[in-house]
Amino acid sequence: MAHQFENLEQQQDADALGIWLFLVTEIMFFGGLFAAYAIYRWLYFAAFEGGSHILDIRLGATNTIVLLGSSLTMALSVRSAQTGNRRALIGFLIATMILGGAFLFIKGVEYDQKFVEHVVPSLDWAPEGDALAKLAPGGLDHAQIYFFFYFAMTGLHAIHMIIGMALLLWLVLKARKNSFTPHYFAPVEVVGLYWHFVDIVWIFLFPLLYLIGGRY
Amino acid sequence: MSLPIVPQKTYIIVFFSLIGLTLLTTGVAFIDLGPFNTVVALAIAFSKMLLVVLFFMGVRYSGGLVRIVIVAGIFWLALLIALTTSDYHTRSWTPVPDQWSTTAPPTHP
Repeated sequence: MAHQFENLEQQQDADALGIWLFLVTEIMFFGGLFAAYAIYRWLYFAAFEGGSHILDIRLGATNTIVLLGSSLTMALSVRSAQTGNRRALIGFLIATMILGGAFLFIKGVEYDQKFVEHVVPSLDWAPEGDALAKLAPGGLDHAQIYFFFYFAMTGLHAIHMIIGMALLLWLVLKARKNSFTPHYFAPVEVVGLYWHFVDIVWIFLFPLLYLIGGRY
Repeated sequence: MSLPIVPQKTYIIVFFSLIGLTLLTTGVAFIDLGPFNTVVALAIAFSKMLLVVLFFMGVRYSGGLVRIVIVAGIFWLALLIALTTSDYHTRSWTPVPDQWSTTAPPTHP
């Protein structure tokens, strides 16, 4: 316990409040992108619909399930820390990292597909064949804006995942040194809250980028 | 705060509800509901967010201060989106006096 606190409970409350304030700044950080997305989707509705048809809905849904699974193992990590079960804590933390890695791998496969289809804005923008047929009705320039949003939003999300995985590795190393007890596990809890937040961002990105164009 | 020890079963039930909602939202994308596709997709995403926030993040058990911070954050995000979009929707209604603009007034759809 740090000396500025009256008791452990007060310290835990302060830890939780601190991370929640940070998460609110993160809401605003991603919120700017979501607001910009809302405006451009309204301006270039057909282009955004065409763009979402290029994305692979199966990979998107799989990734959603993988990430929800990682949130489950993260919640169970915190629970293991509470009950003082060190082996389960380390196991669940590693499981969370593996699921996070699987998410990033699938994301990488999707990014690769975009290069194959030449729908990477600026870097490799030359849609042809099937992709061109889907994007042409909304206007190619406007479709390019959709893919700017796709890469900016999923990219920023992926950076958060990478930071989260580094934090998880740090927790594993600390847990191996026996640093956590049922009375002191604030780092596990704080990283857990961050991880769940990143999951929530994806919960909104999945429908906005993959589903909203409709597949009927 | 001090999160109580929640039974493992609770987390697993929440997890499977989240999977169910993911499959539901994916399925609905294949049915034509007109403008309601967007409404349904966002409503499902919002319910999933609530499940994660209340159970996985333990807000169900946390104190008033944390709840105020979260609600304020969401309110601020709503302000950001509502005021920005309303500006874009209404800006072209404002007539620009001819002598103020040398070029044609901006056109918005």
